[in-house]
Amino acid sequence: MSANPLPPKQRTKIPRQEMPEQQAAARRRNFDEVNRGLTVLGASTEAMRCLECAKPACVSGCPVGVKIRDFIALITAGDYLGAAAKIREDNVLPAITGRVCPQETQCEGCCILGKTFEPLGIGHLERFVADYEREHGELGLPEIAPPSGRKVAIIGSGPAGLSAAGDLVRWGHAVTVFEALHEIGGVLVYGIPAFRLPKAIVRHEVEALARMGVDFQANVVVGKTVTIDELMDEEGYDAVLVATGAGLPKFLGIPGEHLPGVSSANEFLTRVNLMHANEFPSYDEPVFDCRGRDVAVIGGGNTAMDAVRTACRLGARRSLLIYRRTEAEMPARVEEIRHAKQEGIELLTLANPVAFLSDDEGFLAGVRCLRMELGQPDASGRRSPVPIPGSEFEVPVAMAVVALGTGANPLVQSSTPDLATDPRGYIAADPETLRTSKRGVFAAGDIVTGAATVILAMAAGRRAAAAIGEFLESGAWIDAEAVG
Amino acid sequence: MFPILEAEFLAPEIKRFVIEAPRVARKRRAGQFVIVRLHERGERIPLTIADGDPERGTITLIVQGVGKTTKLMNLLEAGDAILDLVGPLGSPSDVRRYGTVVVIGGGVGTAIAWPTARAMKQAGNRVVGIVGARSRQLVLLEPEMRAICDELEIVTDDGSSGRQGVVIDPLCERIMRGDRIDLVLAIGPVRMMQAVAEMTRPSGIRTIVSLNSLMVDGTGMCGGCRVSTRDGTRFACVDGPEFDAHAVDFDTLARRNRTYRDSEAAALEAFRADPNSALAQVRHSCRLEPTHPPEEAASR
Ligand SMILES: Cc1cc2nc3c(=O)[nH]c(=O)nc-3n(C[C@H](O)[C@H](O)[C@H](O)COP(=O)(O)OP(=O)(O)OC[C@H]3O[C@@H](n4cnc5c(N)ncnc54)[C@H](O)[C@@H]3O)c2cc1C
Ligand SMILES: Cc1cc2nc3c(=O)[nH]c(=O)nc-3n(C[C@H](O)[C@H](O)[C@H](O)COP(=O)(O)OP(=O)(O)OC[C@H]3O[C@@H](n4cnc5c(N)ncnc54)[C@H](O)[C@@H]3O)c2cc1C
Ligand code: SF4
Ligand code: SF4
Ligand code: FES
Repeated sequence: MSANPLPPKQRTKIPRQEMPEQQAAARRRNFDEVNRGLTVLGASTEAMRCLECAKPACVSGCPVGVKIRDFIALITAGDYLGAAAKIREDNVLPAITGRVCPQETQCEGCCILGKTFEPLGIGHLERFVADYEREHGELGLPEIAPPSGRKVAIIGSGPAGLSAAGDLVRWGHAVTVFEALHEIGGVLVYGIPAFRLPKAIVRHEVEALARMGVDFQANVVVGKTVTIDELMDEEGYDAVLVATGAGLPKFLGIPGEHLPGVSSANEFLTRVNLMHANEFPSYDEPVFDCRGRDVAVIGGGNTAMDAVRTACRLGARRSLLIYRRTEAEMPARVEEIRHAKQEGIELLTLANPVAFLSDDEGFLAGVRCLRMELGQPDASGRRSPVPIPGSEFEVPVAMAVVALGTGANPLVQSSTPDLATDPRGYIAADPETLRTSKRGVFAAGDIVTGAATVILAMAAGRRAAAAIGEFLESGAWIDAEAVG
Repeated sequence: MFPILEAEFLAPEIKRFVIEAPRVARKRRAGQFVIVRLHERGERIPLTIADGDPERGTITLIVQGVGKTTKLMNLLEAGDAILDLVGPLGSPSDVRRYGTVVVIGGGVGTAIAWPTARAMKQAGNRVVGIVGARSRQLVLLEPEMRAICDELEIVTDDGSSGRQGVVIDPLCERIMRGDRIDLVLAIGPVRMMQAVAEMTRPSGIRTIVSLNSLMVDGTGMCGGCRVSTRDGTRFACVDGPEFDAHAVDFDTLARRNRTYRDSEAAALEAFRADPNSALAQVRHSCRLEPTHPPEEAASR
């Protein structure tokens, strides 16, 4: 049954196929996608490296259990649309996850090849088939069940909301997605920059859902424009899914953080990604002018990496990442760190800002930092940074972006008194059924788990959809006392 | 798409719009605002909801043309539409029966203060209005204010209407005289609000201001609207826009509002050179296929 002509030994002799990339010197000043995608030859060669393990370890690393071995085998057989369909059995956003999943700690991190050789390029292949499918557009829309007469409201249009909408609409339910911003896609449109995830890919997914009958209503802030109780009692929604993400920015709380020139990563990235401030004045929204100036971004995750690489693309002279541990502890995807360094991003590790400094006009002029060293491992298992007394130093910068992570936005929770939250303000939901403390209301994605990943949000959205489908059918609501 | 039903100038550069936005009209309360985006390439700007008619499904906005987006908006007429409009945002004013409430409006601040002033009157307060403007032509909502105020004082910089001076002059006199004042609501330029705060601080008169920080999303997501207060950092779009004036760090606010001054000046200059193509952009965006289904879908 295997279409792979090579015996296993020879497969391991093939080097991992490299992802064609835009040259660092050019891409550091444009917003076009860095990775250009494998060619057909590259993809089929890479697919041939797969050992087609009887018990594929890779699958255990994928949060949604994509049938990796099987889709790879379909690539080897030249059936790219079949491969895409195989992935879609478990993953409805493959063009996106193929690009942004932290593969090195998930599927590829578990691939057996990685023990001795380079792991299989699973993410690159997933992206390849998803792009192939989109560009060849031969797959029609899935079958839609006859109308069930039930209405579901989904709050938030990030990966959790979108994937839940896709399942529910296929089952014949009337689905409305309410989004606070004017564009649909959540972090996929306002957070992750186009050079990693072109917006056309997100739009393609959204348009497919709209054609399937999902009603998207932008410009509705649930909790303000309408409440969950009003949706259920007055507008006749039978179930509600809260998928509002973890969008509340954290700040350092150090002197000078309010100076013009200091912003959160959310603000900086939203201005550029959602509002196109990089195209000012052709677009009206401005962004701090960093052309020829020095910029520091504080943090070490994907968001920090996205912000510092965005600053570079806006023309910064020096784009600096300040992180309090070392590169090895950075939570960002390894590919992002590698790309950033190629683009000339400087990493200033083992340093922690203690104050932002101002010039005579009251604009940001620099950051004062303390040097750190690594001490004992903390609760996260990572060695915690400890300040070195008296080691203060200053870095002159005109703009600083704070990318320290995000928390739960309380808008929905505070307008829905019977929706239980955990001590950090996230919505309490049963991990399996994603039921909340309120009858008919479910919650999924970052608003339950705290900031996580696209694939986990997608998986949670689909679990919630399944539970909602069951609830709509049976009308049974087991009051989970455990919730809360 | 949010159709404009009425549009008329109240004063030079100050225009009143009645806009169809049924969901917002149903929910809005005094002190809340919306964020609008005029066209596909537009920026998002906050505007206070001056009035609303839940039956008709409309809200009223009063806009002062100060930069590119507000001047462009003021070129729109009845029959035009606004691409995106979201709200009502922010916390409503804390309307209670305080006793005597002095409402101070500077410039377009009068339009922002008026809905709250009216709600204060309806709540049984004695309302004293102090309306300031540069000159007679720019005095806003005088008949509307007169209708709800037990006393109204007009102050102009040049004395062309009411008394000559600035809005804190009559406030100062009342405080010196020992008039009873239970609450001051002051809305206008940052420096005006700061001056009012300083004036009422010694006597500890409770004073509320509405802060005009820069905003993007209006939901607490970007932190761009953050203000520094005695109680720590607050987000004007969700925790405000009204704050205890004596807790606000106005200097920081004034500085933050200058963040994009060079870009704003450049945008205004380009707009002035060719306002018609900007207007064409709005009219084009608002004729495109609605990416945002109209609101009646809500009532399906
Ligand atoms: C800059 C950045 C880079 C990232 N990079 C990666 C990466 O490389 N790989 C990866 O796997 N993950 C990455 N992540 C994380 C990932 O994007 C999130 O985990 C994921 O998007 C969460 O999905 P979600 O559906 O729960 O919420 P979100 O994507 O946050 O979407 C929530 C949506 O709900 C809307 N909303 C909020 N409140 C309301 C309300 N009251 N009414 C109506 N709408 C509301 C918001 O506007 C938003 O559009 C990144 C995150 C950021 C910020
Ligand atoms: C909660 C709130 C309610 C408001 N209500 C009204 C109202 O009812 N009527 C009205 O005319 N104006 C109102 N404003 C002010 C209005 O939003 C700004 O005048 C507008 O954004 C300016 O945009 P612009 O492009 O025309 O001018 P710009 O060229 O952008 O700026 C001109 C001036 O306006 C200030 N400004 C710029 N952007 C913003 C912004 N996003 N938010 C606040 N100030 C800004 C700048 O500091 C600058 O001094 C309100 C502001 C806030 C925060
Ligand atoms: S969804 Fe993510 S983890 Fe799973 S196979 Fe695809 S890239 Fe790997
Ligand atoms: S573990 Fe690696 S080699 Fe084995 S099936 Fe999965 S991808 Fe192929
Ligand atoms: S405007 Fe973005 S948080 Fe207030």
